[in-house]
Amino acid sequence: MTALSALIRRDIRIALRVGGGALIGVLFFLTVVVLMPFAIGPDLALLSRLGPAILWLGALLASLLTLDRLFMADHEDGSLDLITMSRTPLELACAAKALAHWLAAGLPLIVATPVLGLLLNLDMVATAAVALTLLAGTPALTFTGMIGAALAVTLHRGGLLMAVLVLPLSIPVLIFGVAASQAVIVGPMTFGAPFSILCALSLVSLVVGPFAAAASLRHGLD
Amino acid sequence: MRLAGHGLRCVRGGREVFAGLDFAAVSGEALAVMGRNGSGKTSLLRLIAGLLVPAGGTIALDGGDGELTLPEQCHYLGHRDALKPALSVAENLAFWADFLGGERFEAIESLAKVGLDHATHLPAAFLSAGQRRRLSLARLLTVRRPVWLLDEPTTALDVAGQDMFAGLMRTHLAAGGMIIAATHAPLGVDSRELRIGGAA
Repeated sequence: MTALSALIRRDIRIALRVGGGALIGVLFFLTVVVLMPFAIGPDLALLSRLGPAILWLGALLASLLTLDRLFMADHEDGSLDLITMSRTPLELACAAKALAHWLAAGLPLIVATPVLGLLLNLDMVATAAVALTLLAGTPALTFTGMIGAALAVTLHRGGLLMAVLVLPLSIPVLIFGVAASQAVIVGPMTFGAPFSILCALSLVSLVVGPFAAAASLRHGLD
Repeated sequence: MRLAGHGLRCVRGGREVFAGLDFAAVSGEALAVMGRNGSGKTSLLRLIAGLLVPAGGTIALDGGDGELTLPEQCHYLGHRDALKPALSVAENLAFWADFLGGERFEAIESLAKVGLDHATHLPAAFLSAGQRRRLSLARLLTVRRPVWLLDEPTTALDVAGQDMFAGLMRTHLAAGGMIIAATHAPLGVDSRELRIGGAA
Protein backbone atom coordinates (compact mmCIF):
# COMPACT_ATOMS: atom_id res chain seq x y z
CA MET A 1 0.00 0.00 0.00
CA THR A 2 2.88 2.37 0.73
CA ALA A 3 4.10 1.82 -2.81
CA LEU A 4 0.73 2.60 -4.38
CA SER A 5 0.05 5.67 -2.25
CA ALA A 6 3.57 6.90 -3.05
CA LEU A 7 2.84 6.51 -6.76
CA ILE A 8 -0.51 8.33 -6.48
CA ARG A 9 1.01 11.16 -4.45
CA ARG A 10 3.89 11.54 -6.90
CA ASP A 11 1.65 11.68 -9.97
CA ILE A 12 -0.73 14.19 -8.40
CA ARG A 13 2.17 16.35 -7.26
CA ILE A 14 3.67 16.37 -10.77
CA ALA A 15 0.28 17.16 -12.33
CA LEU A 16 -0.28 20.13 -10.01
CA ARG A 17 3.17 21.67 -10.43
CA VAL A 18 4.10 24.12 -13.16
CA GLY A 19 3.90 22.43 -16.55
CA GLY A 20 1.71 19.63 -15.17
CA GLY A 21 -1.48 18.60 -16.92
CA ALA A 22 -4.15 19.30 -14.31
CA LEU A 23 -4.70 22.99 -15.00
CA ILE A 24 -4.35 22.60 -18.78
CA GLY A 25 -7.34 20.23 -18.83
CA VAL A 26 -9.59 22.64 -16.95
CA LEU A 27 -8.55 25.57 -19.11
CA PHE A 28 -9.26 23.56 -22.25
CA PHE A 29 -12.67 22.55 -20.87
CA LEU A 30 -13.38 26.19 -20.08
CA THR A 31 -12.34 27.32 -23.56
CA VAL A 32 -14.44 24.73 -25.39
CA VAL A 33 -17.56 25.49 -23.38
CA VAL A 34 -17.13 29.27 -23.56
CA LEU A 35 -16.75 29.11 -27.34
CA MET A 36 -19.97 27.14 -27.85
CA PRO A 37 -22.49 29.96 -27.14
CA PHE A 38 -20.63 32.17 -29.63
CA ALA A 39 -20.95 29.49 -32.31
CA ILE A 40 -24.55 28.56 -31.58
CA GLY A 41 -25.91 32.05 -31.01
CA PRO A 42 -28.00 33.66 -28.29
CA ASP A 43 -30.92 31.20 -28.43
CA LEU A 44 -31.26 30.42 -24.71
CA ALA A 45 -33.69 27.51 -25.14
CA LEU A 46 -31.38 25.86 -27.67
CA LEU A 47 -28.36 26.42 -25.42
CA SER A 48 -29.96 24.81 -22.40
CA ARG A 49 -31.10 21.87 -24.54
CA LEU A 50 -27.57 21.36 -25.89
CA GLY A 51 -25.90 22.22 -22.56
CA PRO A 52 -25.36 18.71 -21.16
CA ALA A 53 -24.01 17.46 -24.49
CA ILE A 54 -21.58 20.37 -24.73
CA LEU A 55 -20.36 19.89 -21.16
CA TRP A 56 -19.91 16.17 -21.73
CA LEU A 57 -18.04 16.63 -25.00
CA GLY A 58 -15.83 19.27 -23.41
CA ALA A 59 -15.05 17.01 -20.46
CA LEU A 60 -14.35 14.07 -22.77
CA LEU A 61 -11.88 16.01 -24.89
CA ALA A 62 -10.28 17.67 -21.87
CA SER A 63 -9.72 14.35 -20.12
CA LEU A 64 -8.15 12.90 -23.28
CA LEU A 65 -5.86 15.89 -23.63
CA THR A 66 -3.38 14.84 -20.96
CA LEU A 67 -4.10 11.12 -20.90
CA ASP A 68 -1.63 10.16 -23.64
CA ARG A 69 1.22 11.20 -21.35
CA LEU A 70 0.02 8.82 -18.61
CA PHE A 71 2.64 6.16 -19.41
CA MET A 72 4.66 7.93 -22.08
CA ALA A 73 6.42 10.26 -19.62
CA ASP A 74 7.38 7.34 -17.38
CA HIS A 75 8.52 5.37 -20.41
CA GLU A 76 10.74 8.17 -21.67
CA ASP A 77 12.58 8.79 -18.41
CA GLY A 78 12.99 5.09 -17.54
CA SER A 79 10.60 5.10 -14.58
CA LEU A 80 8.40 2.54 -16.29
CA ASP A 81 11.29 0.02 -16.29
CA LEU A 82 11.61 0.31 -12.53
CA ILE A 83 7.85 0.15 -12.02
CA THR A 84 7.71 -3.03 -14.13
CA MET A 85 10.55 -4.61 -12.12
CA SER A 86 9.15 -3.70 -8.72
CA ARG A 87 7.30 -5.84 -6.18
CA THR A 88 4.05 -4.01 -6.90
CA PRO A 89 1.97 -5.87 -9.50
CA LEU A 90 1.88 -3.86 -12.72
CA GLU A 91 -1.94 -4.02 -12.77
CA LEU A 92 -2.15 -2.24 -9.41
CA ALA A 93 0.46 0.31 -10.47
CA CYS A 94 -1.61 1.05 -13.61
CA ALA A 95 -4.77 1.43 -11.52
CA ALA A 96 -2.95 3.78 -9.13
CA LYS A 97 -1.67 5.91 -12.00
CA ALA A 98 -5.16 6.13 -13.53
CA LEU A 99 -6.67 7.04 -10.17
CA ALA A 100 -4.07 9.77 -9.69
CA HIS A 101 -4.81 11.09 -13.18
CA TRP A 102 -8.52 11.16 -12.46
CA LEU A 103 -8.02 12.96 -9.14
CA ALA A 104 -5.71 15.55 -10.70
CA ALA A 105 -7.35 16.03 -14.11
CA GLY A 106 -10.90 14.62 -13.88
CA LEU A 107 -12.10 15.99 -10.56
CA PRO A 108 -11.30 19.65 -11.41
CA LEU A 109 -13.55 19.33 -14.49
CA ILE A 110 -16.46 18.34 -12.26
CA VAL A 111 -15.75 21.22 -9.89
CA ALA A 112 -15.76 23.62 -12.85
CA THR A 113 -19.07 22.33 -14.22
CA PRO A 114 -21.42 24.51 -12.08
CA VAL A 115 -19.66 27.67 -13.27
CA LEU A 116 -19.83 26.60 -16.91
CA GLY A 117 -23.48 25.58 -16.52
CA LEU A 118 -24.29 29.30 -16.08
CA LEU A 119 -22.87 30.07 -19.53
CA LEU A 120 -25.14 27.46 -21.08
CA ASN A 121 -28.33 28.65 -19.35
CA LEU A 122 -28.64 25.51 -17.24
CA ASP A 123 -30.61 25.82 -14.00
CA MET A 124 -29.39 24.49 -10.65
CA VAL A 125 -31.00 21.08 -10.97
CA ALA A 126 -29.73 20.52 -14.50
CA THR A 127 -26.19 21.58 -13.55
CA ALA A 128 -26.23 19.27 -10.57
CA ALA A 129 -27.41 16.42 -12.80
CA VAL A 130 -24.60 17.01 -15.29
CA ALA A 131 -22.02 17.24 -12.50
CA LEU A 132 -23.32 14.00 -10.99
CA THR A 133 -23.19 12.15 -14.32
CA LEU A 134 -19.67 13.47 -14.90
CA LEU A 135 -18.67 12.25 -11.46
CA ALA A 136 -20.01 8.79 -12.28
CA GLY A 137 -18.81 8.71 -15.89
CA THR A 138 -15.36 10.32 -16.04
CA PRO A 139 -13.65 7.38 -14.23
CA ALA A 140 -14.76 5.25 -17.19
CA LEU A 141 -13.13 7.73 -19.59
CA THR A 142 -9.86 7.66 -17.63
CA PHE A 143 -9.72 3.90 -17.16
CA THR A 144 -10.57 3.02 -20.77
CA GLY A 145 -8.31 5.82 -21.97
CA MET A 146 -5.52 4.23 -19.97
CA ILE A 147 -5.63 1.23 -22.33
CA GLY A 148 -5.00 3.57 -25.24
CA ALA A 149 -2.20 5.28 -23.31
CA ALA A 150 -0.52 1.92 -22.71
CA LEU A 151 -0.87 0.99 -26.39
CA ALA A 152 0.67 4.32 -27.37
CA VAL A 153 3.78 3.32 -25.39
CA THR A 154 3.85 -0.17 -26.89
CA LEU A 155 3.49 1.10 -30.44
CA HIS A 156 5.78 4.12 -29.93
CA ARG A 157 3.09 6.47 -31.19
CA GLY A 158 1.56 9.12 -29.04
CA GLY A 159 -1.14 11.73 -29.29
CA LEU A 160 -3.35 11.24 -32.27
CA LEU A 161 -3.31 7.43 -32.31
CA MET A 162 -4.44 7.45 -28.73
CA ALA A 163 -7.42 9.70 -29.54
CA VAL A 164 -8.40 7.49 -32.49
CA LEU A 165 -8.23 4.38 -30.30
CA VAL A 166 -9.98 5.77 -27.27
CA LEU A 167 -12.77 7.93 -28.67
CA PRO A 168 -14.80 4.99 -30.08
CA LEU A 169 -14.53 3.27 -26.70
CA SER A 170 -15.98 6.29 -24.96
CA ILE A 171 -19.15 6.42 -27.11
CA PRO A 172 -21.27 4.38 -24.64
CA VAL A 173 -20.17 6.59 -21.76
CA LEU A 174 -21.10 9.69 -23.74
CA ILE A 175 -24.52 8.29 -24.73
CA PHE A 176 -25.59 7.33 -21.24
CA GLY A 177 -23.98 10.34 -19.59
CA VAL A 178 -25.88 12.77 -21.79
CA ALA A 179 -29.06 10.66 -21.67
CA ALA A 180 -29.13 10.74 -17.87
CA SER A 181 -28.60 14.52 -17.83
CA GLN A 182 -31.26 15.10 -20.49
CA ALA A 183 -33.70 12.94 -18.52
CA VAL A 184 -33.56 15.47 -15.69
CA ILE A 185 -33.90 18.51 -17.95
CA VAL A 186 -36.51 17.51 -20.57
CA GLY A 187 -37.75 14.06 -19.56
CA PRO A 188 -39.66 11.89 -20.17
CA MET A 189 -37.14 9.11 -19.47
CA THR A 190 -36.21 8.35 -15.90
CA PHE A 191 -32.83 9.45 -14.59
CA GLY A 192 -32.17 6.12 -12.89
CA ALA A 193 -31.85 3.79 -15.87
CA PRO A 194 -29.16 5.58 -17.92
CA PHE A 195 -27.37 6.63 -14.72
CA SER A 196 -27.18 3.01 -13.53
CA ILE A 197 -25.74 1.94 -16.87
CA LEU A 198 -23.23 4.80 -16.65
CA CYS A 199 -22.13 3.59 -13.21
CA ALA A 200 -21.88 0.04 -14.56
CA LEU A 201 -19.66 1.21 -17.42
CA SER A 202 -17.36 2.92 -14.91
CA LEU A 203 -17.18 -0.16 -12.70
CA VAL A 204 -16.42 -2.46 -15.64
CA SER A 205 -13.66 -0.17 -16.89
CA LEU A 206 -12.20 0.04 -13.37
CA VAL A 207 -11.72 -3.72 -13.50
CA VAL A 208 -10.82 -4.24 -17.16
CA GLY A 209 -8.67 -1.13 -17.72
CA PRO A 210 -5.74 -1.93 -15.39
CA PHE A 211 -5.45 -5.52 -16.65
CA ALA A 212 -5.60 -4.52 -20.31
CA ALA A 213 -3.10 -1.70 -19.81
CA ALA A 214 -0.68 -3.92 -17.86
CA ALA A 215 -0.93 -6.64 -20.50
CA SER A 216 -0.17 -4.11 -23.21
CA LEU A 217 2.82 -2.71 -21.30
CA ARG A 218 4.22 -6.19 -20.66
CA HIS A 219 3.80 -7.11 -24.30
CA GLY A 220 5.62 -4.00 -25.35
CA LEU A 221 8.72 -4.55 -23.16
CA ASP A 222 11.89 -3.68 -24.97
CA MET B 1 24.13 -16.42 -3.92
CA ARG B 2 24.83 -17.30 -7.52
CA LEU B 3 23.35 -15.81 -10.66
CA ALA B 4 23.77 -17.84 -13.82
CA GLY B 5 22.50 -17.74 -17.37
CA HIS B 6 22.62 -20.63 -19.82
CA GLY B 7 22.35 -20.63 -23.58
CA LEU B 8 20.78 -17.18 -23.65
CA ARG B 9 19.50 -16.01 -26.99
CA CYS B 10 18.30 -12.50 -27.61
CA VAL B 11 16.39 -11.33 -30.67
CA ARG B 12 15.50 -7.67 -31.11
CA GLY B 13 13.66 -6.22 -34.07
CA GLY B 14 14.00 -9.52 -35.95
CA ARG B 15 17.80 -9.46 -35.61
CA GLU B 16 19.65 -11.96 -33.44
CA VAL B 17 21.80 -9.95 -31.04
CA PHE B 18 23.53 -12.90 -29.40
CA ALA B 19 22.96 -16.62 -28.97
CA GLY B 20 24.33 -19.37 -26.77
CA LEU B 21 25.55 -16.91 -24.14
CA ASP B 22 26.56 -18.35 -20.76
CA PHE B 23 27.52 -16.32 -17.72
CA ALA B 24 27.75 -16.73 -13.98
CA ALA B 25 28.43 -14.48 -11.03
CA VAL B 26 28.53 -15.09 -7.29
CA SER B 27 28.11 -12.87 -4.21
CA GLY B 28 30.86 -10.33 -3.79
CA GLU B 29 31.78 -10.46 -7.43
CA ALA B 30 31.61 -7.84 -10.15
CA LEU B 31 31.10 -8.90 -13.72
CA ALA B 32 32.12 -6.38 -16.37
CA VAL B 33 30.24 -6.99 -19.60
CA MET B 34 32.40 -5.78 -22.47
CA GLY B 35 31.79 -5.67 -26.20
CA ARG B 36 31.56 -3.26 -29.09
CA ASN B 37 28.53 -1.02 -29.63
CA GLY B 38 25.46 -3.05 -30.52
CA SER B 39 26.89 -6.34 -29.26
CA GLY B 40 24.02 -6.69 -26.76
CA LYS B 41 25.43 -5.48 -23.43
CA THR B 42 22.32 -3.51 -22.57
CA SER B 43 20.11 -6.33 -23.89
CA LEU B 44 21.81 -8.77 -21.50
CA LEU B 45 21.18 -6.48 -18.53
CA ARG B 46 17.55 -6.02 -19.57
CA LEU B 47 17.13 -9.79 -19.91
CA ILE B 48 18.34 -10.23 -16.33
CA ALA B 49 16.08 -7.39 -15.16
CA GLY B 50 13.08 -9.09 -16.77
CA LEU B 51 12.57 -6.12 -19.10
CA LEU B 52 13.20 -8.30 -22.17
CA VAL B 53 11.99 -11.81 -22.73
CA PRO B 54 14.77 -14.20 -23.83
CA ALA B 55 14.21 -15.99 -27.14
CA GLY B 56 15.95 -18.99 -25.60
CA GLY B 57 17.90 -20.11 -22.55
CA THR B 58 17.39 -19.56 -18.83
CA ILE B 59 18.50 -17.21 -16.07
CA ALA B 60 18.40 -18.39 -12.46
CA LEU B 61 19.36 -16.95 -9.10
CA ASP B 62 20.32 -19.50 -6.45
CA GLY B 63 20.38 -18.56 -2.80
CA GLY B 64 18.42 -15.32 -3.05
CA ASP B 65 15.15 -14.54 -1.31
CA GLY B 66 12.84 -17.38 -2.35
CA GLU B 67 9.76 -15.19 -1.98
CA LEU B 68 10.92 -12.70 -4.59
CA THR B 69 11.55 -12.94 -8.32
CA LEU B 70 14.94 -12.09 -9.76
CA PRO B 71 13.92 -8.62 -11.07
CA GLU B 72 12.55 -7.77 -7.63
CA GLN B 73 16.02 -8.35 -6.15
CA CYS B 74 17.78 -6.21 -8.75
CA HIS B 75 18.55 -2.54 -9.07
CA TYR B 76 18.61 -1.46 -12.69
CA LEU B 77 20.54 1.68 -13.53
CA GLY B 78 19.98 2.35 -17.20
CA HIS B 79 20.81 5.18 -19.56
CA ARG B 80 17.73 6.99 -18.36
CA ASP B 81 17.70 8.26 -14.82
CA ALA B 82 14.04 7.74 -13.86
CA LEU B 83 13.87 11.23 -12.37
CA LYS B 84 10.98 13.68 -12.58
CA PRO B 85 12.14 17.22 -13.35
CA ALA B 86 9.19 18.77 -11.49
CA LEU B 87 10.09 17.05 -8.21
CA SER B 88 12.93 18.00 -5.91
CA VAL B 89 15.98 15.83 -5.29
CA ALA B 90 14.59 14.66 -1.94
CA GLU B 91 11.10 13.99 -3.38
CA ASN B 92 12.49 11.94 -6.26
CA LEU B 93 14.52 9.77 -3.92
CA ALA B 94 11.73 9.46 -1.34
CA PHE B 95 9.32 8.31 -4.02
CA TRP B 96 11.58 5.49 -5.22
CA ALA B 97 12.35 4.45 -1.64
CA ASP B 98 8.62 4.25 -0.83
CA PHE B 99 7.69 2.62 -4.12
CA LEU B 100 10.43 0.00 -4.27
CA GLY B 101 9.96 -0.97 -0.63
CA GLY B 102 11.94 -3.56 1.26
CA GLU B 103 14.89 -2.82 3.53
CA ARG B 104 15.89 0.84 3.31
CA PHE B 105 18.40 3.29 4.64
CA GLU B 106 18.24 7.00 5.44
CA ALA B 107 17.81 8.98 2.23
CA ILE B 108 19.81 11.94 3.52
CA GLU B 109 22.81 9.71 4.27
CA SER B 110 22.68 8.28 0.74
CA LEU B 111 22.57 11.81 -0.65
CA ALA B 112 25.57 12.73 1.50
CA LYS B 113 27.48 9.73 0.16
CA VAL B 114 26.92 10.80 -3.44
CA GLY B 115 27.59 14.45 -2.64
CA LEU B 116 24.09 15.84 -3.16
CA ASP B 117 23.08 16.61 0.44
CA HIS B 118 23.43 20.35 -0.21
CA ALA B 119 20.79 20.25 -2.95
CA THR B 120 17.91 18.28 -1.47
CA HIS B 121 15.29 20.92 -2.21
CA LEU B 122 16.45 21.72 -5.72
CA PRO B 123 14.06 20.54 -8.47
CA ALA B 124 15.67 17.76 -10.52
CA ALA B 125 15.19 19.91 -13.64
CA PHE B 126 18.12 22.06 -12.51
CA LEU B 127 20.57 19.19 -12.02
CA SER B 128 23.46 18.61 -14.40
CA ALA B 129 23.88 15.25 -16.13
CA GLY B 130 26.48 14.20 -13.55
CA GLN B 131 24.27 15.25 -10.66
CA ARG B 132 21.35 13.33 -12.13
CA ARG B 133 23.56 10.26 -12.28
CA ARG B 134 24.59 10.81 -8.65
CA LEU B 135 20.94 11.05 -7.64
CA SER B 136 20.16 7.73 -9.34
CA LEU B 137 23.11 6.21 -7.50
CA ALA B 138 21.55 7.43 -4.25
CA ARG B 139 18.53 5.26 -5.11
CA LEU B 140 20.78 2.20 -5.15
CA LEU B 141 22.09 3.11 -1.71
CA THR B 142 18.74 3.96 -0.12
CA VAL B 143 16.94 0.75 -1.04
CA ARG B 144 18.85 -2.48 -0.44
CA ARG B 145 18.93 -4.88 -3.37
CA PRO B 146 21.58 -7.62 -3.65
CA VAL B 147 22.06 -7.45 -7.42
CA TRP B 148 23.07 -4.22 -9.17
CA LEU B 149 22.63 -4.10 -12.94
CA LEU B 150 24.54 -1.06 -14.18
CA ASP B 151 24.51 0.17 -17.76
CA GLU B 152 27.61 2.31 -18.36
CA PRO B 153 27.33 3.69 -14.83
CA THR B 154 30.27 6.08 -14.97
CA THR B 155 29.14 8.15 -17.96
CA ALA B 156 28.67 11.81 -17.00
CA LEU B 157 30.53 11.33 -13.70
CA ASP B 158 33.64 13.45 -13.13
CA VAL B 159 36.90 11.89 -11.88
CA ALA B 160 36.00 12.47 -8.23
CA GLY B 161 32.56 11.02 -8.91
CA GLN B 162 34.06 7.90 -10.47
CA ASP B 163 36.27 7.39 -7.40
CA MET B 164 33.25 7.91 -5.13
CA PHE B 165 31.28 5.39 -7.18
CA ALA B 166 34.11 2.82 -7.10
CA GLY B 167 34.08 3.12 -3.29
CA LEU B 168 30.31 2.55 -3.20
CA MET B 169 30.66 -0.53 -5.41
CA ARG B 170 33.42 -1.92 -3.16
CA THR B 171 31.17 -1.47 -0.10
CA HIS B 172 28.30 -3.20 -1.90
CA LEU B 173 30.50 -6.13 -2.93
CA ALA B 174 32.00 -6.43 0.57
CA ALA B 175 28.47 -6.69 1.97
CA GLY B 176 27.85 -9.72 -0.23
CA GLY B 177 26.27 -7.88 -3.14
CA MET B 178 26.70 -8.62 -6.81
CA ILE B 179 27.34 -6.23 -9.69
CA ILE B 180 26.85 -6.81 -13.38
CA ALA B 181 27.92 -3.78 -15.35
CA ALA B 182 27.99 -3.06 -19.06
CA THR B 183 30.99 -0.84 -19.59
CA HIS B 184 33.68 0.36 -21.97
CA ALA B 185 35.91 1.95 -19.36
CA PRO B 186 37.46 0.06 -16.44
CA LEU B 187 34.98 -0.23 -13.59
CA GLY B 188 37.39 0.81 -10.85
CA VAL B 189 36.83 -2.34 -8.80
CA ASP B 190 38.21 -5.86 -9.19
CA SER B 191 36.01 -7.47 -11.77
CA ARG B 192 35.79 -10.45 -14.04
CA GLU B 193 35.35 -9.77 -17.72
CA LEU B 194 32.52 -11.15 -19.82
CA ARG B 195 33.09 -10.50 -23.50
CA ILE B 196 30.13 -10.71 -25.86
CA GLY B 197 29.92 -10.34 -29.60
CA GLY B 198 33.58 -11.09 -30.39
CA ALA B 199 36.48 -8.65 -30.09
CA ALA B 200 35.76 -5.09 -29.04
